[in-house]
Amino acid sequence: MKEIQNRLLSKSKATREDHFGRAICYVCIGMIIALVVCILYFITSRGIATFTQNHVNLWGFLTGSNWNPGAVDAHGNPEVGALPMIVTSFAVTVLSAIIATPFALGMAIFMSEIAGKKGTKYLQPVIELLVGIPSVVYGFIGLSVVVPIIRHMFGGTGFGILAGTIVLFVMVLPTITSLSVDSLKAVPMSYRQASLALGANRWQTIYKVILRTAAPGILTAVIFGMARAFGEALAVQMVIGNAILMPKNLVSPASTLTSKLTTDVGNTVMGTLPNNALWSLALILLFMSLFFNLLVRFIGKKGSIKK
Amino acid sequence: MNPKRTNNIATGVIYGLVGIVVLILLFLIGYILWNGVPNISWHFLTSSAQAFSSGGGIRDQLFNSLYLLVLTLLISFPIALGSGIYLAEYAPDDWFTSLIRTTIEVLSSLPSVVVGLFGYLFLVIQLKLSFSILSGAIALTFFNLPLLTRSIEESLNSVSNLQKQAGMSLGLSDWRTITKIILPVGLPGILTGVILSAGRVFGEAAALIYTAGQSAPTVDYGNWNLFDPSSFLNPMRPAETLAVHIWKLNTESVTPDAHLISSASSAVLIIVILAFNLGARFIGNWLYKKMTATR
Repeated sequence: MKEIQNRLLSKSKATREDHFGRAICYVCIGMIIALVVCILYFITSRGIATFTQNHVNLWGFLTGSNWNPGAVDAHGNPEVGALPMIVTSFAVTVLSAIIATPFALGMAIFMSEIAGKKGTKYLQPVIELLVGIPSVVYGFIGLSVVVPIIRHMFGGTGFGILAGTIVLFVMVLPTITSLSVDSLKAVPMSYRQASLALGANRWQTIYKVILRTAAPGILTAVIFGMARAFGEALAVQMVIGNAILMPKNLVSPASTLTSKLTTDVGNTVMGTLPNNALWSLALILLFMSLFFNLLVRFIGKKGSIKK
Repeated sequence: MNPKRTNNIATGVIYGLVGIVVLILLFLIGYILWNGVPNISWHFLTSSAQAFSSGGGIRDQLFNSLYLLVLTLLISFPIALGSGIYLAEYAPDDWFTSLIRTTIEVLSSLPSVVVGLFGYLFLVIQLKLSFSILSGAIALTFFNLPLLTRSIEESLNSVSNLQKQAGMSLGLSDWRTITKIILPVGLPGILTGVILSAGRVFGEAAALIYTAGQSAPTVDYGNWNLFDPSSFLNPMRPAETLAVHIWKLNTESVTPDAHLISSASSAVLIIVILAFNLGARFIGNWLYKKMTATR
């Protein structure tokens, strides 16, 4: 009797396996969450040390234009003004997105509306290859092709925001294109049929119906592209010139947040002000990345196509 | 302007834009291969790098890149597989799952330099792993996990529901249905995802500069002892990868033939990544045909 009861009440081998497998999956997903929390915590705690330990004024940090963390200015405050880097970062990001968007939209419209399956078949590898080229190779080509051309045409050293923009334009192109294609393909077929049935031709349909419907998706794509441009480090670092000056024009050497980080972290001592100030730059990068994410989420919620 | 003309102009402009993008790609690939391939020789691939004189090769960097890639995949694949299975099969449709998805999205959109700095802070300094292949592999894991998780989830989701129902109706448990039926069917997709992510990892440099380090000490390729500092298999030695090598040559090196080496190295990098891309497609298709009933 007892034996039968035990056999009926104990878990079978399959159930135990089931629980085991489920547990493994929970552990894995838990690790990813822990990882993200860990990254956010570490970068934040390091990044705010500039303001809590070294008592740097946050406003001064964001708006000051002198970066020389080792020295102090006339008032005895350390010279940590990140504005030139922030401005340059935004400049290359926005400019490259502005240049890349028409090309990406052209590609996306071609792939989803004009060429059909065959065009997609030939253009998909183009996008994949552009994604596949590593950022150092983009940087190298920028350094050996783009910079000399700019130097030749506009004078100066050739390093600067313009060179950074051109390199980033190619790098964000595939991101914006593939996400735009997705949002164009998500436009229901019936919209196209309705428009064509009203007598609109292809361009009228694309311009007045499809692009309007897909606008939130396209906007999301552009923001993702900007997020990528904002965070890109090495390619930009190689062509921007790395001078921490307020950028005066497009062809004078400048420095972005990422390029400053890649060049300088190794040259500073952990725990000192120059090092803490760099972590604060990383914190700005982190915040911007989170901000882009939130923005995408917000637009996605507002603009999703209602069935 | 009548609508017909606008239509023609617009179509022309779109063709033009597409043409320019294709030309850019052709120029990029052509430039790299044209400048790089003539400089690749057996000597170049098999000799060690020189810091102050010309004629150096990339043997150590190439090996480090491949070794790092293998280690990264060994660490990240099991975690990504578990998470992918969770998201595709177990995750309920509630706020918690959407939180997880947001987390993964955040992880995938973090700039790689931030991931690298975190690796520097946490692995190199806090855990005292110093600049080593292991630190590099863990940092690349952070970078690789979201890509891999998403591609595994997608390929599991694309497995037809009928397969799952068939497993269930045979009286198999959830776990057995997943491991014995759904995973094998999803395998071609998973493998494609893994190889594509391998291509990304292979070319990554920003996350490695401050984790795997920028120096490549000469190692002994005959020493198979994992714990010997001079062994090529020792995961605790600093290692400069091919991508980091290119970056360093172009920013701070004094090597006289830096341009030559970096163009040849870029070509090697591109060729390996192209091979990964083609391989992913080929192996995926081949496995799919072999393992399923489709011709």
